[in-house]
Amino acid sequence: MKLMVNGSVRDVDAEPDTPLLWVLREQLGMTGTKFGCGIAACGACTVHLDGMPVRSCSVQLQDLDETQEIVTIEGLSPDRSHPIQQAWVELDVPQCGYCQSGQIMAAAALLAETPDPTDDDIIAAMTNICRCGTYNRIKAGIKRAAELS
Amino acid sequence: MTIQTKLSRRSFLVASAAGGLSLGFTLPFAGQAAAQAAGQLPEVNAWVVIRPDDTVVIRIGRQEMGQGTLTGLAQIVAEELDCDWDKVTTEYPTPGENVARERVWGDFGTAGSRGIRASQQYMREGGAAARMMLVQAAANRWDVDATKCTVANSVITGPDGQTISFGEVAEDAGKLDPPSEVALKDPSEWKLIGQPVKRLDTVGKVDGSQVYSIDHVMEGMLNAAIRRAPVLGAKVASFDAEAVSAMPGVKHVLQVGDDAIAVVADTWWRAKTALEAVPVEWTDGEGTGFDMPRIYAMLEDGLTAEEAFVGNQQGDAKAAIEGAAQVVEATYHVPYQHHATMEPMNATAIWTPERCEVWTATQNAEAALAAASTAADLPIEACDIHRINLGGGFGRRATMQDFVTQAVLIAKQIPGTPIKMIWSREEDMLHGTLHPITMCKMTGGLDAEGNLAGLHMRISGQSILAGVRPEGLREGMDPIMFQGLNHDGDEGRLGYTIPNLLVDHAMRNPPVMPGFWRGVCNNQNAFYLESFIDELAHAAGRDPLEFRRALMADHPKHLAVLNAVADGIGWDTPAPEGMYRGLCQHMGYGSYVAAAAEVSVDDNGRFKIHRIVAATDCGTAVNPQQIAAQIEGSFSFGLSASIYGEITITDGKVNEENFDTYPVVTMHEMPAVESIVMPSGGFWGGVGEPTIFAATPAVVNAIFAATGKRIRNLPLSNNGMSHV
Ligand code: FES
Ligand code: FES
Repeated sequence: MKLMVNGSVRDVDAEPDTPLLWVLREQLGMTGTKFGCGIAACGACTVHLDGMPVRSCSVQLQDLDETQEIVTIEGLSPDRSHPIQQAWVELDVPQCGYCQSGQIMAAAALLAETPDPTDDDIIAAMTNICRCGTYNRIKAGIKRAAELS
Repeated sequence: MTIQTKLSRRSFLVASAAGGLSLGFTLPFAGQAAAQAAGQLPEVNAWVVIRPDDTVVIRIGRQEMGQGTLTGLAQIVAEELDCDWDKVTTEYPTPGENVARERVWGDFGTAGSRGIRASQQYMREGGAAARMMLVQAAANRWDVDATKCTVANSVITGPDGQTISFGEVAEDAGKLDPPSEVALKDPSEWKLIGQPVKRLDTVGKVDGSQVYSIDHVMEGMLNAAIRRAPVLGAKVASFDAEAVSAMPGVKHVLQVGDDAIAVVADTWWRAKTALEAVPVEWTDGEGTGFDMPRIYAMLEDGLTAEEAFVGNQQGDAKAAIEGAAQVVEATYHVPYQHHATMEPMNATAIWTPERCEVWTATQNAEAALAAASTAADLPIEACDIHRINLGGGFGRRATMQDFVTQAVLIAKQIPGTPIKMIWSREEDMLHGTLHPITMCKMTGGLDAEGNLAGLHMRISGQSILAGVRPEGLREGMDPIMFQGLNHDGDEGRLGYTIPNLLVDHAMRNPPVMPGFWRGVCNNQNAFYLESFIDELAHAAGRDPLEFRRALMADHPKHLAVLNAVADGIGWDTPAPEGMYRGLCQHMGYGSYVAAAAEVSVDDNGRFKIHRIVAATDCGTAVNPQQIAAQIEGSFSFGLSASIYGEITITDGKVNEENFDTYPVVTMHEMPAVESIVMPSGGFWGGVGEPTIFAATPAVVNAIFAATGKRIRNLPLSNNGMSHV
């Protein structure tokens, strides 16, 4: 089976019901996408599927084909230059950082859809869990990224 | 002025050895180790390695888990070293190296908000000693008097204006004898301590490149999924390995110790899939038959029991209450909580008959080393732990190193093959070390003028020490139960003068594994006391702030943070339409904290926390912006517990297995947090935990102001209340 990940077509060999998360992490060796819950509850595994944020623990290999564009944290920008990444560094958003790949992918998708989001837009889009509690800096980071874009 | 400190290696060893002994292993104080640690480069001393290109590598004994200690500790060393901050990087020595070098890096344990406050002295000395050696090396090269040289930004300037960089003299400096005395800077001379510098560890967290323990990969590695008996004390009765041995990728189906089974496969997903299909039977354990009614019955018995450990006694509380004009009584309770770190427990281990090594995320790599050595059946010297930044700790990775034990027990059955074991979220939830359950009966007596004449605080419930480290009990008593309620000491002193006071604890230990959970007993103690102080103020017809202030004349630092949040929230001015306010203060981990909350509540119990003002006096603020981050985060953590957090037990097993049944605060519930960092100088308090204590009482006191309804048990979701 073939997948298009971060612009390249990749061969994968896994059972059809394998979650995309584990295909990325174990078949393709891309560990930036994180496992948090496995039940679409935490958002740590968020990637973009044709530009939409999806929780990759709950998308199975058999639901995908190689025409769909998958973008992971490793492919968001080649050099941490995405406005969300720049803003995150500027505001020191991450604490432990474990949830941040997912947060950044969710935030980047929001910004692509809504370039100048209000607080309500941000709260509606950003449902990922951060146990360290970086939410207020995430909110500020999205606003800063909107300025940078 | 500079402060002279005798550098005493001996006294340092004695002080730090206590930590080692408490881990249950004796440290082999083998001969003077000259080994060069991880860097492979000549070091100036144990703390500092300087590369020829002037890169400064600062070694960090404590563990980064999001709280910023890595950056703060590097700031402290760099301050005394006078190096160029832009050239600073860090590395972790392993506990094996620490043992081999007589624990030169001190205690690795990272809990109790201790990271900076308990290591700042010896780390500042390490930085200062390295600077002196670098200067001496330059002076020797120039043949000048070292005292005539100055240092700034990694450059040494000699008496005739000659300059040389740290990188050029580092190798020579490393050959010199360390100074026997160092002079530390006076705080007024600090240039880096106190600055809101950026974290050193951010970049890898925004592009997915930071490798967490769960991401660790090794040549030839296999992956393990594990299932442990869900009831405390239960064991494996039987399991059918054959049932899954032909499933894709499966290599081994194993028993792990006497209480778990594991499937080892080429990928973790295949291991987990097969594990779920393994038929397994468990024996009963000591937890079998325990459920919440039975646990609460144990605790209720403790509320009125004759026997209790006394934590703080002044005057005669019972007599004062008997003679009071008005007696107020209330019973509170706080349920079990789970750490639910974002990164589930995991470890990678490789075992051979000669050696065992583990890569893991732990808050205490020395305890992990002891656990690995025991599980590997190899001496400490034949084992080591490679430390990896944590995807959250909050106490779960501090005491119990069960994940290390399990990974080693699996690896030992497959010699020479690296095994990465990962807990599923469900496994993680079922095997927490839970914030223990307590109840508290508060009885207060007010005199005719509405002054507090006597207070009895009877805590009943589970001791953490009794569960995880019974050797730490003092004649049966768990002193941790009284965090923040002590009469004296610098760790957690009561902020009120109450003439007749009794704080006591009836220990009741249900068969559920307890653990240190960020904030620990301060959390419930602050909730109990600060809610009840509010109750007393209202019963006396007095303003809650004024009532508190009247008890705080002899506690100026507690009072200062309380005043700061009262000012910040605007206590003396009316709240905006529909908003209600509450406040509280508490001291823990050497820091004084207070919070004020503004909430609104509708007729259906739907509430919103609009604003929090939080103050901390941590004595010395190494990095104010990181302290602010800790304050913000602590409200997310504390409010998760107050709004939603509850672990329940049925027949000895945890019911909540994932975030769908154990919800936590997300951005939606997160209030605006205004942090007031107000270090008063002269001491070093913790910052990773203290403001958590203030989250719940400030909010429930505001809810009372809004509704007249007193919240006496948590979470709020059990009180007919929900967040808008
Ligand atoms: S791991 Fe996918 S949402 Fe939690
Ligand atoms: S930064 Fe630690 S979980 Fe979000």
